[in-house]
Amino acid sequence: MSVVIVGAGPAGTRAAEVLAGAGLRPIVIDEAPDSGGRIYQRQPAGFHRTARDLYGFEAAKAQAVHDVFDHLRPSIDFRPRTLAWNLRSGVIDTICDGKASAVPFEQTILCTGAMDRVIPLPGWTLPGVFTLGGSQISLKAQGCAIGARVAFLGTGPLLYLVAYQYARAGAQVVAVLDTTPFATKARQAFGLMRGRATFAKGLYYIARLRAHGIPIAEGVTPLMIAGSGRVESLSWHDARGARHEAAVDAVALGWGLKPEAQLADLAGVPFDFDSVQHNWVPRQDATGRTSVEGVFLAGDGSGIRGADLAEAAGARAAWAVLAARGLAVDTHAVARLDATLAAGATFRAALERAFPFPAKLAADMADDTILCRCEAITAGEVRAAANEASATLPPPEVNRAKALTRVGMGRCQGRVCGAAAAEVLASMLSCPVEQVGRLRGQPPVKPIPILPAEAA
Amino acid sequence: MSATRTDVLVVGGGGAGCSTALHLASRGVRCILLERGQIGGQASGVNYGGVRQQGRHAAELPLARRSREIWARLPELVGTDCEFEVTGHLKLARNEAEEADLVAYLDVAKTNGLPLIMIGGNAIHQQYPWLGPDVAAGSFAPDDGAANPRLLSPALARAARDKGADVREFSPVSNLAHDGTEFIVQSGEHEFRARYLVNTAGYWGAAIAKAFGEVVPISPLNPNMLVTEPLPYFITPNLGVVGGDVYLRQIRRGNVIFGGGRGESDPDVPRSRPLPEPSYAVMAKALQLVPQLAGVQVIRSWTGIDGETPDDIPVIGPSRTTPGLFHAFGFSGHGFQLGPVIGAIMSELILDGRTDVPLEPFRIDRFAQDALINQQGQRHEASRHA
Repeated sequence: MSVVIVGAGPAGTRAAEVLAGAGLRPIVIDEAPDSGGRIYQRQPAGFHRTARDLYGFEAAKAQAVHDVFDHLRPSIDFRPRTLAWNLRSGVIDTICDGKASAVPFEQTILCTGAMDRVIPLPGWTLPGVFTLGGSQISLKAQGCAIGARVAFLGTGPLLYLVAYQYARAGAQVVAVLDTTPFATKARQAFGLMRGRATFAKGLYYIARLRAHGIPIAEGVTPLMIAGSGRVESLSWHDARGARHEAAVDAVALGWGLKPEAQLADLAGVPFDFDSVQHNWVPRQDATGRTSVEGVFLAGDGSGIRGADLAEAAGARAAWAVLAARGLAVDTHAVARLDATLAAGATFRAALERAFPFPAKLAADMADDTILCRCEAITAGEVRAAANEASATLPPPEVNRAKALTRVGMGRCQGRVCGAAAAEVLASMLSCPVEQVGRLRGQPPVKPIPILPAEAA
Repeated sequence: MSATRTDVLVVGGGGAGCSTALHLASRGVRCILLERGQIGGQASGVNYGGVRQQGRHAAELPLARRSREIWARLPELVGTDCEFEVTGHLKLARNEAEEADLVAYLDVAKTNGLPLIMIGGNAIHQQYPWLGPDVAAGSFAPDDGAANPRLLSPALARAARDKGADVREFSPVSNLAHDGTEFIVQSGEHEFRARYLVNTAGYWGAAIAKAFGEVVPISPLNPNMLVTEPLPYFITPNLGVVGGDVYLRQIRRGNVIFGGGRGESDPDVPRSRPLPEPSYAVMAKALQLVPQLAGVQVIRSWTGIDGETPDDIPVIGPSRTTPGLFHAFGFSGHGFQLGPVIGAIMSELILDGRTDVPLEPFRIDRFAQDALINQQGQRHEASRHA
């Protein structure tokens, strides 16, 4: 029986490479039309920008990952445009072009990636508001900017990178607004030095943005996005509390990343709250192996570690799969991967501490702010449900809050609002956020169409 | 170990248990409700949400009729209508045999005072032009409807608390016993003692009955259900079919909720999950009823754990071994609509020694050996969902 890799990004590509090298023919499933994942997203057919244009400093890495995958194509069973929507004992359920399949596996490596972590603010549902990752993909994949006058809001390395890429592509970057104060980042300078190249690139982006005369503000508090029918302005308080407002036609926002770990959840992998990442992370050992027989994890879907470590983790998990199948393992290769992963972990922790998730911003959201945009549920409605004086039983955790208020019950199933909803609830109950738990995964992990009998 | 004494212990915090606590507390009785997980966490909270009398087993109809009266009074009882809406229930026939089934049920309904309107093949397509061509006829129950299952049990529990009931979540019970005078139940470090014990523990009710020497063959029932993204509102009645292999309704927010077939579960954990095969199968059946749902996106699927008895009707009434013990479990998919009346019945049995609805068909000792043999092949088609 097969090994099934879900996700053809850096982790999935390197996992496939190791497995194919051992003579296996893994099935590789990806939602996208092509490999590369979100980080090394490929442009559609007919587009001819250079790797340097698309990926900047990461061009060589992106090209290498693409080349490896293209070279592997004859030795793997690649299934693009395929949504893995459910995982149960030994089977992954997929839909491709309106046709359902049940894909059996003996081992699976889930390389399901990450998505932006969002904090709702007034006006965030207006057309013209994108996530940082979404705005980057728009530029990378289709060569489209999200607007002509764009503000970037949030925190993390991606904030500066995407702003830089937009400036370079010719968009007017109105402001780069970082909710993290300078001092918080400065405290992590020593740890950040360990990732010299990444750290240096970060400094370069900031320097280039400043050289272009783009205002960068740190320690900001966003106030609101406003406009009639679409984004027209963004307002915020600077670190000293002075109010600012800028005319913009698009806002890109994001506060770091969260693992897209719904398939691991459906598999029954236990999750732990990682206080450094401020994320729920599926539990795994150093090789990517989970407590669920045959289920392995790699890449950002297993906990946010970035693209470079995703490549190493993908390869490492593949070696663990080979070991589980009783096949030969290259101990030197494994030792190198283990060393890479261990070294990277220190830098990653410093990076997370340098750009912490501003939980208070989420917890303090105004009552009338729409928290769950799919179901149009406000923060106030969640607080009312958590209030002892309300008409129903107060929710001790987020799944009850979901049952009572519908928060996280819409199209995205809480992938967008879940983290912020947990902060609102925890603050209402005066408890640590991990105590209110996380929204349980339910199939499908993303929407699937109602299919006629002949498609199932 | 600390011991707490009360008048009535209720085990199981679904609709039946919470309603029991509410009715008892309303009559001034001290009671403690012990729920293993969260209130309404299993069948009561995650069912389809049908508030339906049409198609019920004849024995259940008197209870369903009385429960329906309570549904209408929910706002005054619990402070919310739980999104209960009288949409009517339209039961569809897809061929002549199914149509004959609808006609046969008209007598059962009439005997029990349930209004039903038969709608023929031409009329039904005029009245509901979005129905697929395979629909041959329908029977419309104007008093039926649907509600939000996630709201009912918490609302009942809250109202019970307001009346003085002690509702405790995350309180699994063990070591149930009767010492000749009172019941002794352990939950964690606590010991509870009471003269009366009410077993409203759903699937797990059989294990509680067994502790008192009463054997009920029960199996887990895991209805497989799905919900779509919101669409413009057009499916006004709650839809069912003869045989119950698909049921479908649209809420005013626009989402279409539908189900059919079974998921899977491990009640010992407890854990339950929907399955792809029944999900795909019920998609096709839903399209047969409402073809324009083709391609609409399903955003979630789910199931829960209910208890199913061999004859598909619950156990309701006094224990035959232990005075002071009363059962109401194994609702076989019918508990959501019946939940509100169960509390009334249980409180009457305990406080008045009688109730006005016939409970004979729900006796716990009906599963004796010879009774079991008689039931082979006689499973009533009556609705396997709420």
